[in-house]
Amino acid sequence: MKNPLDSLTGTVLCGLALTAVLYYLVLRLMGG
Amino acid sequence: MDFLHFGVGRWVHIMAGVMWVGLLYYFNFVHAAAMKDAQGDGGAQAIARHVAPRALFYFRWAAVVTWLAGMWILGDKVDEAFLFKERAYVPIGVGAWLGTIMFVNVWAIIWPNQRKILGLAPASADEVSRARRVTFLASRLNVVLSMPMLFFMSASGGLFRTAVFG
Repeated sequence: MKNPLDSLTGTVLCGLALTAVLYYLVLRLMGG
Repeated sequence: MDFLHFGVGRWVHIMAGVMWVGLLYYFNFVHAAAMKDAQGDGGAQAIARHVAPRALFYFRWAAVVTWLAGMWILGDKVDEAFLFKERAYVPIGVGAWLGTIMFVNVWAIIWPNQRKILGLAPASADEVSRARRVTFLASRLNVVLSMPMLFFMSASGGLFRTAVFG
């Protein structure tokens, strides 16, 4: 499997995905 | 005192952060591709010799200023943020954790490996080759981490926090 960090597109997509996951977790943590 | 702490402190934090993350994006979006292209016409050596060391200098020291200014702004609320003790400090706490991981990444992984690549630390050809790969991935990881870090930092104050997190 290719490492997504080898391409800029993969890197940006990983960043967006991580942002979405953390946003969801923080909302849960804050009781939202 | 509040003006110095929150006004000047936040201003310095943001200015240094722009330089740090700006240079991080420069390395990932511009420098890496330019170096590959420059191999063909012999320009790579000049970039490696004259551009990379200067950019790395401002990159790693901007990281220090950003992190220290961030800790200063948090002040006695550092534990509230890092340990998520208070609801209002959760978003900035996540941003602070991500920024801290990025900061450690710069000084513990990227810079020691860049020293081998630039010939500032003794290393065999194999070690230099490995250092290139480690630096590349660590730098890309920081780009990934910078995206949620900037999201949580920018959405952590006052009206913005209420709008984004309720």
